[in-house]
Amino acid sequence: MGKASTSSTTKDALALFNTLRSAYSATPTSLKIIDLYVGFAVSTALIQVVYMAIVGSFPFNSFLSGVLSCTGTAVLAVCLRIQVNKENKEFKDLAPERAFADFVLCNLVLHLVIMNFLG
Amino acid sequence: MVGKPEPVNGTATAKTGPSPSPATSMSGLKPDLLNNLSFKTLKLKTKQQELLIRVSILCLVYILAFITRLFSVLRYESMIHEFDPYFNYRTTLYLTEKGFYDFWNWFDSESWYPLGRIIGGTLYPGLMVTAALIYWTLRFLSFAVHIREVCVLTAPFFASNTTLVAYFFGKEIWDTGAGLVAAALIAICPGYISRSVAGSYDNEGVAIFALLLTFYLFVKAVNTGSLAWALASAFGYFYMVSAWGGYVFIINLIPLYVLVLLITGRYSMRLYIAYNCTYIIGMLLAMQIRFVGFQHVQSGEHMAAMGVFFLMQVFYFLDWVRHLLSDTKMFQAFLRITVTCAVGVGAVALGVGTASGYISPWTGRFYSLLDPTYAKDHIPIIASVSEHQPTAWSSFMFDFHILLFLFPAGLYFCFKRLSDATIFIVMYGLTSMYFAGVMVRLILVATPAVCLISAIAVSATIKNLTQLVRAKNKVSQTGSTKGGSSTKGSSKGSVDQSQPFQRNGATVLLFGAFYLLSKYATHCTWVTSEAYSSPSIVLAARGAHGNRVIFDDYREAYFWLRQNTPPDAKVMSWWDYGYQITAMGNRTVIVDNNTWNNTHIATVGRAMSSYEDEAYEIMRSLDVDYVLVVFGGVTGYSSDDINKFLWMVRIGGGVFPVIKEPDYLVNGEYRVDKGAAPKMLNCLMYKLSYYRFGELTTEYGKPPGYDRARGVEIGNKDIKLEHLEEAFTTSNWIVRIYKVKPPNNRW
Repeated sequence: MGKASTSSTTKDALALFNTLRSAYSATPTSLKIIDLYVGFAVSTALIQVVYMAIVGSFPFNSFLSGVLSCTGTAVLAVCLRIQVNKENKEFKDLAPERAFADFVLCNLVLHLVIMNFLG
Repeated sequence: MVGKPEPVNGTATAKTGPSPSPATSMSGLKPDLLNNLSFKTLKLKTKQQELLIRVSILCLVYILAFITRLFSVLRYESMIHEFDPYFNYRTTLYLTEKGFYDFWNWFDSESWYPLGRIIGGTLYPGLMVTAALIYWTLRFLSFAVHIREVCVLTAPFFASNTTLVAYFFGKEIWDTGAGLVAAALIAICPGYISRSVAGSYDNEGVAIFALLLTFYLFVKAVNTGSLAWALASAFGYFYMVSAWGGYVFIINLIPLYVLVLLITGRYSMRLYIAYNCTYIIGMLLAMQIRFVGFQHVQSGEHMAAMGVFFLMQVFYFLDWVRHLLSDTKMFQAFLRITVTCAVGVGAVALGVGTASGYISPWTGRFYSLLDPTYAKDHIPIIASVSEHQPTAWSSFMFDFHILLFLFPAGLYFCFKRLSDATIFIVMYGLTSMYFAGVMVRLILVATPAVCLISAIAVSATIKNLTQLVRAKNKVSQTGSTKGGSSTKGSSKGSVDQSQPFQRNGATVLLFGAFYLLSKYATHCTWVTSEAYSSPSIVLAARGAHGNRVIFDDYREAYFWLRQNTPPDAKVMSWWDYGYQITAMGNRTVIVDNNTWNNTHIATVGRAMSSYEDEAYEIMRSLDVDYVLVVFGGVTGYSSDDINKFLWMVRIGGGVFPVIKEPDYLVNGEYRVDKGAAPKMLNCLMYKLSYYRFGELTTEYGKPPGYDRARGVEIGNKDIKLEHLEEAFTTSNWIVRIYKVKPPNNRW
């Protein structure tokens, strides 16, 4: 979140950052936990990409499964976040339990495939 | 049952008639009132009836789709058709005999001699695994079927399943009526039947089912925004990837669709969920197919999907920030920074990837799809295949019939009721129609879209017309029952004047629609029985007395090879017959229909178009024992090797510049008679095709050596072979096999 704003050090950006932070603090804790999870997954993916750039991508399937595992988890968690967010009117009829069940199912498939692909 | 409510309505109107409510509002109120008043049980019953009718129609369509594809079995026999299906059949046989792991690790030394082919890593296993599963299931249920029967009937079975998917798809994008019509249309559409008759055991038969299923599940996921549907769509995609190389169409169409939605401002959370889940899991699943491997992250054809994936993340992120920031001005500033960063990073990544060779550029096959003239100039091996030719108008008409006219009408209805789903089907229809115009065989991909869009047109039109007819019925009824009220009588009278005409018009139009649809049905049946049910391995012709003559020369020749040649004999032929020789003749071939090595094919092309002694050197270097040529001069069979010969010259000349096309032509004209080019008259292919043909009288009143396929007397009747000898010629001379002699002793 802060990445874009740190790239420019103008006053505007600082103000923007502050507004964002104050607005974000209003989000419910459960969503914040999901955000943390997403952030963790994305940073793990980035670390793997950097590692690949330094060391090389020889077992390419292992690298891919590592990165895709992180990306997949992050994306699925974002999907879950969208579905359980009370502010999204589109998903009003969707029970959070159902959303979570879908999320678990998708993760299960994702990681079973990754286990097969890891090599 | 439908007749029953009428008297009830009549009494109801009589009862409610005298009520004090004003007459003008009465007419509007009446139907609603009646609906509320009518018995709940009756209503439930009509609903049940509707369900019953729907289910029975679907069942009939399901059966129809299956049996209409059985013409080929009736006309000929239960056999595998054409060329590629023989390879699929051979691999399926191997899979059922040796098990999955042996199949997966199979190195085939019987093809592409001396290179061999790694079968497990170079094929789409979906079809074989499907057929083997069906076979094992039937065996488990103690049905003693032969694997060949399973293979023959796989395509019709999946065509039946496709009708069900078409029904659900139509229901998703329009309504149940459109779904039913779509199922009926696709069940008998010749464009689809051409690739899914019984015996046509090819990837497409399963792949169209998988394609439509993936699209349906994706649209469903977009409409519901559910992760489960997106996951199902990913599995559909996996099945498609395992079955056919045409999956590239999906992985490009879906991003394109998402992009269009983004541009037209129809971005939604549902779209985000559907696309991302499908893409990530679908991509991972697809990587499990070895033939596809890492292409999803490395080849240029798949980069669009990845680009759209990242774009979606940026979009979502921006959307989220906008949601957090109430200040629009601040958001504008933020937007500028983020978009510049994202575009910059994307461009740099793409540039670095392409420059470093990490992302492979688009392949020639992909280019030839976008640009119809590309293959002709650059890849003769693609251009030489007849099903890769640009489509003629007549074949559109032949394969689609009235759907061709209904398609634009359906597009109109789609645009009239624009939603995420209809945008998808419109895009699918338009892009696939373009590809269908580029290549004949891609009519197949366009068929489901055309059927669905036409079904929307048919369903919507008929619905409107029947409503018109019915509404008039009711109004006239109520008008007659209560002609007493004066204010309404006048107003009704003014409407009545236009009514009879409208109603009659609607009836006429309805009859017209039914006439067209019945014409479509007869056309489809006729096309299926006449054009698309011939196996092309057994040829049929009409004899002089109108009787059917069967030429079974191919199987005769392959059986001869199997019985009379040493088991390790290598057979050289043009690549079209490679799969059949290995599958039916059980002998090693030099090249086959899996055209993965252009140089190898060009070597064979060079041998065929050289003089005999030069060709002998090439054949010695390839360890060739037998040469097989297909010749139609006696029977008038036109797709023989002499007619394909120019492609051999072109493909051979593309790699070996010693072969020049003009050497075989006279003034740009291809001929085999006395005026033919000298190189043509003495090249290996000519000699092998016409060896001893000069002694044969093929047609009464014509000189000996009269070629019936080309309608000329051949130019070189006195053919002597030095290094080869005739080994076998089938009864109608369609297949001729020559033995390559060992080199002379030196003394």
